[in-house]
Amino acid sequence: MTPVAISLDVNGERVEAHVLPRLNLADFLREHLKLTGTHVGCEHGICGACTVRVNGEIVRSCLILAIQTQDASVETIEGLSDSGEIADLQRAFRDRNALQCGFCTPGMLMAAQDLLKQSSEPDREQIREHLSGNYCRCTGYQAIVDAIETTAWSRAGRTP
Amino acid sequence: MKASAFAYARPTSVANALELLATHGDKAKVLSGGQSLMPAMNLRLISPEFIVDIGELAELRGIVVKGDVLTIGALTRHADVLKSPEVAAHAPLLRDATAHVAHPAIRNRGTLGGSLAHADPASELPACMMALEATIIVCGPRGERRIPAQEFFTGIYETGLSPQELLVAVELPVARKRSSHFFHEFARRHGDYAIVGLAAQSIVVDGYFTDLRLGFFAVGDRPLLANAAGELVNVPVTPERLTKAAAVLSDELDPQEDQQATPAMRRHLAKVLLSRCVSTLLSRPDLRSGAPE
Repeated sequence: MTPVAISLDVNGERVEAHVLPRLNLADFLREHLKLTGTHVGCEHGICGACTVRVNGEIVRSCLILAIQTQDASVETIEGLSDSGEIADLQRAFRDRNALQCGFCTPGMLMAAQDLLKQSSEPDREQIREHLSGNYCRCTGYQAIVDAIETTAWSRAGRTP
Repeated sequence: MKASAFAYARPTSVANALELLATHGDKAKVLSGGQSLMPAMNLRLISPEFIVDIGELAELRGIVVKGDVLTIGALTRHADVLKSPEVAAHAPLLRDATAHVAHPAIRNRGTLGGSLAHADPASELPACMMALEATIIVCGPRGERRIPAQEFFTGIYETGLSPQELLVAVELPVARKRSSHFFHEFARRHGDYAIVGLAAQSIVVDGYFTDLRLGFFAVGDRPLLANAAGELVNVPVTPERLTKAAAVLSDELDPQEDQQATPAMRRHLAKVLLSRCVSTLLSRPDLRSGAPE
């Protein structure tokens, strides 16, 4: 198997690389681009730790091949964090202790921001449903739901 | 784990894809959204030598209504089905069921055709296709074949598709007047594979079923279009009738044992779903049994 040339945008920067067909996007981001904020947990789409945005939509980066992202725009937790897009959400996670070991947190933030973009005032049930594909083994989820709910309120200009 | 090495091709037309499958079919796998294929490859449950990535075949994407037929291209993603006004208007059962398919990040990639070709017996969509009287359209070296959904699913991960064929679309008759539907599944977590589920389509006239199609899933090695429905059509549905239908249903089921449930538990839950479905569709709370939701 010979490496294949790919060209895509990652966090707004053009990236050119040669990859083997078997390489998944998560490993490409982590090993080739050293963007290690995208975490690899189960590697079969169950845990959600590898969630990234491709062309604006959240996906499992362990279930996409790097060569399938030819000409795509990929955004990782580093991109969302550096641009300030989720600064308030990150602050709410910190304030509410919505993380302990932090392994799931990049994926949780990705999924949470995806929900908040689609729905300005989701209720707790909608938040839980949108996060249903993201495992957290520390917090018991309550604090995560609290932090997202608080962020939704403050973005809508409301206080709890 | 990681997928083992494979050769990769991205055809630019259905004809091109069929040529590749004709040459490599037995050793090849078709990659659509990849949300079932990639996990299986990462777990090394399968190690295909050749991947035919049909992701760029725009001709296989889209939802069209023509006359009384709703056609959905195989590459249409679950996220697109959920947002489609055509599906909401003409096949609302499919919309409700798709909301239960996995999680948002998976629905953004996974496709209808991929799910049907994968044929997981616990998946929602094959059972919907049976309840909705779908026709599965496949293309192969000898041209097009139109397969009724009831004949398409032949076992666990097994379908009527040959290795040289490609599933290209499904056709659904648009929902008829007075039709109604019911969808419910028991799962440990929203988006998980069902322990038992039911996708049903009916026509109710003056408190009677004039048509009822019950598509059960996760009750055997393939989705089941239950004959038990025949006990309930064109007759007054009494509690005794429903009990009789539940007994007929029980004989049709062949539930498997796994980590989630015993066969006895699945049998029980299927009967609970039957009574909830009938009571909901006929607006008859007196027929409802089982634990409250």
